[in-house]
Amino acid sequence: MTPKEIEAAVIAELHQIAPDIGMEDVDRSADLREEFDIDSMDFLNLVTALGKAFGTEMPEADYPQMRSFEGMVSYLQEQAG
Amino acid sequence: MSQFLMPSLGADMEAGTLVEQLIAPGEAVKRGDVIAAVETQKGVIEIEVFEDGILDGWLVEIGTEVPVGAPLASIRGEGDTASEVPAEPKPIPPDTQKPVIAAPPVVHVPSQTASHKRITPAARRLAREKGINLAELKVAPGQTISRADVEKMEGAAKLAPLSDMRAAIGAVMSRSKREIPHYYLSHTADLTAADDFVKQTNAGREPPDRLLISVLYVKAIARALKKYPEFNGHFIDGEFHQSDTVHLGLATHIRGGGLVAPALFDAQDQNVGSLMHAMRDLVARVRAGRFRARELSDATVTLTSLGERGVDQLYGVIYPPQVAIVGIGTPRMQPMVQDGQVIARLVAVLTLAADHRVSDGHRGALFLKAIDKHLQGPESL
Repeated sequence: MTPKEIEAAVIAELHQIAPDIGMEDVDRSADLREEFDIDSMDFLNLVTALGKAFGTEMPEADYPQMRSFEGMVSYLQEQAG
Repeated sequence: MSQFLMPSLGADMEAGTLVEQLIAPGEAVKRGDVIAAVETQKGVIEIEVFEDGILDGWLVEIGTEVPVGAPLASIRGEGDTASEVPAEPKPIPPDTQKPVIAAPPVVHVPSQTASHKRITPAARRLAREKGINLAELKVAPGQTISRADVEKMEGAAKLAPLSDMRAAIGAVMSRSKREIPHYYLSHTADLTAADDFVKQTNAGREPPDRLLISVLYVKAIARALKKYPEFNGHFIDGEFHQSDTVHLGLATHIRGGGLVAPALFDAQDQNVGSLMHAMRDLVARVRAGRFRARELSDATVTLTSLGERGVDQLYGVIYPPQVAIVGIGTPRMQPMVQDGQVIARLVAVLTLAADHRVSDGHRGALFLKAIDKHLQGPESL
């Protein structure tokens, strides 16, 4: 998967959870939870959906690496690559 | 032949608009089937049928506002014959006839499996305002039609205010503050053990089976209520009706504004794993703006948690006819003194707002401390 494709997949899942927030309004390097106004349940749903889509376990110990949009995309790139 | 009545939609709603008829006349229905959807200020509520039989006919057209207690459909039992002419719809004022609802089964079919189109309330409202026929919207099976989809069709840009839901919240909270003599207590609890338990449990689990710390709050409250049942039930007509089961209302924020507190049923009987699944299902349906009538009317106590991005503490407003609401502030690392040493621990402030007509601060304090105690032994929850 190319970085562009991974990015598109993350954006699609975030849109499911936070349809009212557009990518043009967020800081891609800041905390996802703040930028998309999502709580721990939303974050767990995001991790569940991406874990399924990419066939990766998304361990909780790795959550710190997934905290920003950019962090999530590069984490998935490592896992899928 | 019996009539299927509009069930109660919670303390703050007296009517809803029929927006979906999910069963056609002549089709068989089973107790617990969702047969209709009604739009209210709080979203779309699915209405379950409480008997087996055959749907004889709808008494109310789609788009009609129907008061609580009014007949929606007629249902034929096994031995009944089909009626030639369906009865005229006669909406009954809610104060003259209360719907009699037998306890429906606890098992709910997850809504996601239903084959009909899912439409968010905001999308539905916008479509109605703009005169858009939602049947023409093409969506993949299981996909929810959102406001954005409708906007795309219409090119509409501005969001409408959520004034209906705000009015509903205002009405019920005003009633609470007018009628319920609240008292308030707070207590700082060490959540380190609970947090460690969640981390250890989740370490070996795939995301669908992971826990959130809030499920331990639910379970600890349900446990504590066993010993302090005067915080669990309804105060109606000057009398407290204690509930022998805990239907725990989960105050849930709705994106774009608003709040709803649907119930997790029988929290005391479920283990942490099954409660977590129930909680995920419930919150997913709240986010989609779709839940069951019984979930809004039957909660016996409420939990409101600020989550991980909030502030230290909150003082809840009791949701009538309930008599207590437990609040949990955002957990944060704080210095605590243990055995004469200052150590860093994860702590949160627990609060209780309770009804002085039913209990007093002494018992309230014991109840809060019991919740704390259960949170210290998460493995036995």
